[in-house]
Amino acid sequence: MGWFKRSPWILHYNATSCNGCDIELIASLTPLYDLERFGIINTGNPKHADILAVTGSVNEKSTQVVRNLYDQMPNPKVVVAVGICATSGCVFQDCYNVQGGVDKVLPVDVYIPGCAARPEAIIDGVMKACEILEEKYAQRKKSGKLAES
Amino acid sequence: MAHKNIIPFGPQHPVLPEPIHFDLVTEDEKVIDAIPSISYVHRGLERLVEKRDFIDMIHVADRICGLCSFMHSLGYCQAVEEIMGIEVPERALYLRSIWAELSRVHSHIFWLGVAADAFGFESLFMQALRLREPVLDIFEETTGARVILGVCKVGGVRRDIDDDTLKGIVSRLAALKKDLEELCNVFINDYSVRHRLSGVGYISRDDAYILGCVGPMARASGLAMDMRLTGYAAYKYLDVEPAVEPAGDCYARCLVRVREIFHSIDLVRQAVGKIPAGPVDVKVTGTPDGEYYSRVEQPRGEVIHYVKGNGAKFLQRFRVRVPTFNNIPAMIKVLKGAEVADVPNIILTLDPCISCTER
Repeated sequence: MGWFKRSPWILHYNATSCNGCDIELIASLTPLYDLERFGIINTGNPKHADILAVTGSVNEKSTQVVRNLYDQMPNPKVVVAVGICATSGCVFQDCYNVQGGVDKVLPVDVYIPGCAARPEAIIDGVMKACEILEEKYAQRKKSGKLAES
Repeated sequence: MAHKNIIPFGPQHPVLPEPIHFDLVTEDEKVIDAIPSISYVHRGLERLVEKRDFIDMIHVADRICGLCSFMHSLGYCQAVEEIMGIEVPERALYLRSIWAELSRVHSHIFWLGVAADAFGFESLFMQALRLREPVLDIFEETTGARVILGVCKVGGVRRDIDDDTLKGIVSRLAALKKDLEELCNVFINDYSVRHRLSGVGYISRDDAYILGCVGPMARASGLAMDMRLTGYAAYKYLDVEPAVEPAGDCYARCLVRVREIFHSIDLVRQAVGKIPAGPVDVKVTGTPDGEYYSRVEQPRGEVIHYVKGNGAKFLQRFRVRVPTFNNIPAMIKVLKGAEVADVPNIILTLDPCISCTER
């Protein structure tokens, strides 16, 4: 597990998920699995968020929303694709309105497998996302504060 | 006259776990119109019947919704079995009822938590989510998965539960019931919860009937509608009693769901007491030729699965009509004239499941 000095906040968006991964993401933030012990909390505001957790693959309409949310988040930021739908499309990849994984729209840093992704896997993925966030902060420091990460 | 404002609500909103968008036309603090727009999670899975055969479609039906996953596969399997004239063994029917009732318990507890979050009672949200975990543990032990179960199949169920485990489930649910009573006591008797919910979002019995409400929404307005009374799966052998409240406001909807949790726990106990021994599946030969509407009571109300086949391996048409879709007209009616601060409450007490609605 990586060291991180900050407490990153998660923004969750359901792109075209079936709710399975969403409830597991919420379960991993609540007492039994408790991501909050790492200082990670769920926020509803993209302007406060460091990690964007997207569940489900993207379709035409949610593409705009996902991109909009990503653009509103301050730099540096990390995108986590939760579940197999967000990774590749799962059973829905042949559907006419499914474009595929979230990486079609956003640069994804961490992929979490599973249908639905298990809370343990989500915790592991979010921890990896924290490491990447820390790296991005370090890079930004190296290249001067004003540069984009 | 005050100036009209349009407040966009959603698709990404702190209180909504799912994307639905409303344009709330407001005048001061009053909502005078609400225009919903959907399709943020539309996948188009009904058309997958052209690419997946009728056996594989069960996995797709399982993934229509994560919260009521088992109900969707149950409805689909019932429709296909009815077309093909398959006699499902009694034990499989009982097991289906047990898993369906457990799904209802976990969905309703989840709803209670999310509703508590919507009216700003965060510790209650955490407590509810904590108490949901024992039910998910039962799912994991009996089916191998936590949310998307995948145990229903055409002709029965994939896994058997042995009798000791069944008795264990009953005793664990009895222990859970004690904790739940404490939790539900807050929902029913707490002054601030009552103050926040009672009188908000009133739907009369006539309106609920005319607008076609289903499930807890209809039952909270005094309509005793429950598809379990039609006796699918093993419900014909169990004493099903719909929980009906006459008040019609958000508090009544909360009460209905609280009562249903305890009733579902009781139904599991009844089913375990009566379950016969025997096989859990029959061999399936042939392909479906014909059409059937299957009606199943989901946690959110009545869901209809329409299946049409023409004797080929691939079905001709698969259609799902989900409860949230039926409840949206009533929700729009209630939103007109509500305070802006009550909007999250009203939307949440409907228990919207957008993933089912848009598929």
